[in-house]
Amino acid sequence: MNTTAKTAGPPPTISVDGVGRNFTVSGQTLVAIEKIDLDIQQNEFVSIVGTSGCGKSTLLNMIGGLDEPTSGEIRIDGVPVDGPGRDRGFVFQTYSLFEWMTVEGNIRFALEKSTFARAEKDELVRHFIHAVGLSGFEKAYPKQLSGGMKQRVAIARALVYKPSILLMDEPFGALDAQTRGMMQELLLKIWEDHKVTVVFITHDVDEAIFLADRVIVLASRPGRIKKDMRIDLDRPRSYEVLTDPKFAAYKREVLTDIREETLKALGAGQA
Amino acid sequence: MSAPQSRQPRPRKKSASLFQLRQDIPDRVFFAAGFVIPAALLLIWWLVASLGLVKPLFLPGPLSVIGEGWRQLTEGILFEDASVSIYRIVVGWAVATIVAVPVGILMGNYRLVEGLFEPLISTARYMPVVALIPLSILWAGIGDGQKILILFLGTFFQQALMIMDNVKNIDINLIRAGQTLGFTNNEILRRIILPAALPGIWDTFRITIGWTWTYLVVAELVAANSGLGRRIMDAQRYLSTDTILFGTLFIGLLGLLTDYLFKRAGKSLFKWSSQTR
Repeated sequence: MNTTAKTAGPPPTISVDGVGRNFTVSGQTLVAIEKIDLDIQQNEFVSIVGTSGCGKSTLLNMIGGLDEPTSGEIRIDGVPVDGPGRDRGFVFQTYSLFEWMTVEGNIRFALEKSTFARAEKDELVRHFIHAVGLSGFEKAYPKQLSGGMKQRVAIARALVYKPSILLMDEPFGALDAQTRGMMQELLLKIWEDHKVTVVFITHDVDEAIFLADRVIVLASRPGRIKKDMRIDLDRPRSYEVLTDPKFAAYKREVLTDIREETLKALGAGQA
Repeated sequence: MSAPQSRQPRPRKKSASLFQLRQDIPDRVFFAAGFVIPAALLLIWWLVASLGLVKPLFLPGPLSVIGEGWRQLTEGILFEDASVSIYRIVVGWAVATIVAVPVGILMGNYRLVEGLFEPLISTARYMPVVALIPLSILWAGIGDGQKILILFLGTFFQQALMIMDNVKNIDINLIRAGQTLGFTNNEILRRIILPAALPGIWDTFRITIGWTWTYLVVAELVAANSGLGRRIMDAQRYLSTDTILFGTLFIGLLGLLTDYLFKRAGKSLFKWSSQTR
């Protein structure tokens, strides 16, 4: 079965057309992603969930231009993806900060290839440090920051040069539950203030639903779209939505899908 | 309500707290501990020598070794030997480093360069450097060049492989972050990979210069007139065991000093690194 997640309406910001990805592991071909069709509209917040090994990171890397599809095509605003580009910001699970640069230095580094005037760059750096709540930590080195603070620097670094798309690969996966909750609310606020298209990979079902307009559930081995679910919860959202009956219903549906996939993987001896 | 048992934690014995798994101990204790075993060995050595348990020819006492050191110092031999040897070490190690850094960095980043060099270097690093002495004389003569060549051969191959590993050990996502920010491969290499790998590379410097020190005697084995290693080899001919012992200990001491200097410099150069403590 193959569900497509193509949408009608205005031309999509991200369009994934019949994308497949094979890997060759010790001479054997492994199908990581079979065939994915997916449209993401401008300023949409899309979460992608799935069991480990369903190819969700691979999909994100291909959208980011860090990996190439074996078949099919990905287009950003109608233009085929050919490597990474400054229209897409990336946040990784490992904080991936430049340890030898200060908070400010890390964020400024991202502006080097921008054509903004110097004063504009200064203002952008200042603005994003404030937006992620790190005012006062400009001169701190990453080593001196907590995990949540490091990831806030990474978010600021990925947004400061004004990409239209933000790609996030399990960005809060390494954080403790409380910090994670705070970071989710912070991310929503930034998203509402700055209007970017977000593709967010996670294996945390609560997180996926809480953040997104749409939750895409991937089936595993080979990866393909199992479900494309619209999340119809009011915005702006706060943590209170987590106890909303509608939230619970979405959660049940996604959990059932993921459980089914996990059992299948276990049955195939691949878990 | 009765409380027959005291709820207060039992005061732990201080000696026991020094033997907790993976627990830190006071810096003073750690530092002092380093002297315990050398002091004990010194004491045993002194006892064995002064009780006449071993002939002085086989094991001269600590006092005669110190006396030999004093003689070399006052006659100016020590300073001359040390400066010649340090010069050879520094040049040999520096030449190896100048070649190994680019080679190692390229091997760590480009699979093709790794494929080109890895088999050669992995073979070469198992070849006994001592066996190359005759060839090294043939190629580089009997001057300082030959000593430096030996030190280079003893250092370079290990160093290049270690630097390759230092480079490979950096987080791949740092490179990816650079790519998403629009930097070219060349810029990523210079401005992201190099600084990220530098604390590790510095540690490799520290370890490999130690190895260069251990090759000193080998380098000064043949056709040398001076040097700490030469002095030891000459002493062999006259069975001056006190000279041999003093020379060996002195080389060890200089090695320890080098190690300390590298550690200190690394700590202040890479304060930002999460690897440095």
